Amino acid sequence: MSRTMTGARMVVEALRDQGVDTVFGYPGGAVLPIYDEIFQQNDITHVLVRHEQGAVHMAEGYARSTGKPGVVLVTSGPGATNAVTGLTDALLDSIPLVVLSGQVPTFMIGTDGFQEADTVGITRPCTKHNWLVKDTDRLAETIHKAFYVATSGRPGPVLIDIPKDVQFATGRYVGPKQIEASLYQPVKKGDPAAITRLVELIEQAERPILYTGGGVINSGPGASQLLRELADATGFPVTSTLMGLGAYPASGKGWLGMLGMHGLYEANLAMHGCDLMINIGARFDDRITGRIADFSPGSVKAHIDIDPSSINKVVRVDVPIVGDVGHVLEDLLKVWKARGRKVNSEGLSRWWAQIEEWRARKCLFYRNSDTIIKPQYALQRLEALTKNHDRYITTEVGQHQMWAAQYLGFERPNRWMTSGGLGTMGYGLPASIGVQMAHPEALVINIAGDASWLMNMQEMGTAVQFRLPVKQFILNNERLGMVRQWQQLLHGERYSQSWSDSLPDFVKLAEAFGCGGAQVRDPKDLDAAIQAMIDYDGPFILDVLVEKHENCFPMIPSGKPHNEMLLGEAETQGVIESEGAVLV
Amino acid sequence: MNALNIQKGMSRHSAYDLRDPHSQVEESHTLAVLVENEPGVLARVIGLFSGRGYNIDSLTVAEIDHEGHRSRITVVTRGTPAVIEQIKAQLGRIVPVHEVHDLTVEGPAVERELGLFKVRGQGEKRVEALRIAEIFRANVVDSTLESFVFELVGTPTKLDAFADLMRPLGLVDLARTGVAALARGL
Ligand SMILES: Cc1ncc(C[n+]2csc(CCOP(=O)(O)OP(=O)(O)O)c2C)c(N)n1
Repeated sequence: MSRTMTGARMVVEALRDQGVDTVFGYPGGAVLPIYDEIFQQNDITHVLVRHEQGAVHMAEGYARSTGKPGVVLVTSGPGATNAVTGLTDALLDSIPLVVLSGQVPTFMIGTDGFQEADTVGITRPCTKHNWLVKDTDRLAETIHKAFYVATSGRPGPVLIDIPKDVQFATGRYVGPKQIEASLYQPVKKGDPAAITRLVELIEQAERPILYTGGGVINSGPGASQLLRELADATGFPVTSTLMGLGAYPASGKGWLGMLGMHGLYEANLAMHGCDLMINIGARFDDRITGRIADFSPGSVKAHIDIDPSSINKVVRVDVPIVGDVGHVLEDLLKVWKARGRKVNSEGLSRWWAQIEEWRARKCLFYRNSDTIIKPQYALQRLEALTKNHDRYITTEVGQHQMWAAQYLGFERPNRWMTSGGLGTMGYGLPASIGVQMAHPEALVINIAGDASWLMNMQEMGTAVQFRLPVKQFILNNERLGMVRQWQQLLHGERYSQSWSDSLPDFVKLAEAFGCGGAQVRDPKDLDAAIQAMIDYDGPFILDVLVEKHENCFPMIPSGKPHNEMLLGEAETQGVIESEGAVLV
Repeated sequence: MNALNIQKGMSRHSAYDLRDPHSQVEESHTLAVLVENEPGVLARVIGLFSGRGYNIDSLTVAEIDHEGHRSRITVVTRGTPAVIEQIKAQLGRIVPVHEVHDLTVEGPAVERELGLFKVRGQGEKRVEALRIAEIFRANVVDSTLESFVFELVGTPTKLDAFADLMRPLGLVDLARTGVAALARGL
């Protein structure tokens, strides 16, 4: 049965049929008909943001904490261009989003009309796919397709550009079930021969490692469960990228901690020295591999990924398996169990003994202080005081982000939202709002640096308006800390433009926004300050004044292999050679 | 250890994979990309090549199924074996791309290009141009007392050779379509 209605009504109808409960958006001339429809219904909550970039990061936070696609509505021209950073962020981190943008009427396209931008042209390289809809009869179908494309295969952001006359005109509405099967059908099941080959390798390996990434989380909670089963049944050690934290619990016995540029010593050395590396839903990013030529030189490498283009892109692997992590792990476990659950126990116990030796280096050790709050200490206290809560963490980008990844423990997937691929300062505050919208009762904390937090601080207004009790935990070093660290190590301590001058008074800022706020500078007051933040009934900004010149260790300098990590200040003299200095 | 198959259409199925995957030698490959002919699809394909720094030596595109709205894009590209594999995988990821065939590895293929060559000349040179055109089986599609336009269909190298011969005989302009290619046999 098909119904006739305006394009604007179709948008709301299609979103409802897709099960959407929340839209993050900002109105403008080219989307007024859609806003008129939003006004006349109650099923979908519209969150009015303060800047369209904020809307996209909120939708990302919503998506990553629920596994459902996030939905954004923006106007033409500046509304759409403001969404570009968020789209790129979601593309690099494989986050499913459906972004609807208004466009000038079809008869004005190409005339440089007011607020006209070539939105599909601008967003083509930063979306998984996008559409310009020129005919109201095609609108509903396109929206349903968009949800399908955003959420299937390797997830990603999609955009639908809707000219204003298409919103006003009437056309035929079709429901999600009436859409013809899409030709876009990513492979889910892995090749059985490759899976069997991997099982054989698992049975023999003396020094195996599971190197897991965001693909495990994107594959759904079932995949995390299967990963736990695989790791615990085989006794293999597990490390994870920044994106994959929580897929395997931090309290699990196989857990080595995060790997990569600021990863743990034991995780990176285990990657370097393993004889079997099983990459599950990660992509050999440059933050992970260090110098490619020296990356894990002695290992046989297997790679499970839903995206064929991830395989052999950076590192040549021996056993590629294209498929969804959940499906592949299920089949893998079946075959391994059917063949008698074999592992090389002798090899494994030697391997664990070696790992324990590395672990004994206690790479996260730092010198604490009674007078100044060390950022690491602040995070350890935050962890201790919040770990028994129903807790979700978002972060901004910089040192604080890496420390959060090192010092907080994640027991479950979808609890850790951070901008990994793009490294977008300004992500964390709006993301925390998106998470809180999806989980109104949970404790949602954004771990921020002072500089990053300012980038989207206008969204505090959104938090206050929608009574979202997000906690802003600002590790304030009055520096662009990560930039300062690189300048210290790489540019002869010439600190060019890397301090935060004229910072606002964050407590007064909180007051101005109408939320709670406090400042803490004495380590003795820290616990009480954190507790007050948790207990506060509403959004809260905690300005934690921390040591200004702390560096983030361990660190693998750019262009160095895993086994040349720096563990502390003493090792930092002239570490990055000119060859490495060109890398970011 | 032996690498295992990834998916149909990737080179691992053929003896061609006996080449060294780490080879740094650049090869030329002809790819046939079957796409849904929706607006912007060509921009997506070209954007992929420019955005990721791949080469395009030749590109042709036309709708081949007007009812099903399918187009065929033929791209001649260059790269090391690893880069060629990556190009194919990246093309396969574009939503409206339905099939990617590497005609260079999937078996013998015919490749043809059409060229139009304007040659200006009188007397001996004009006669010589006509004689060479006959040897190449080029057709005269336009003629004035002082010029010819030849039409020639063949491999790109044949068109190159023809252009080289015509240059001293008064070649003033030429237009080439780029390569269209199909696998031989069934
Ligand atoms: C939008 C954006 N601009 C610039 C950068 C480069 N950058 C990375 S970290 C950083 C400093 C972040 O400072 P802050 O938020 O105070 O965190 P800290 O490193 O001090 O913990 C900068 C400028 C970035 N990642 N994102």
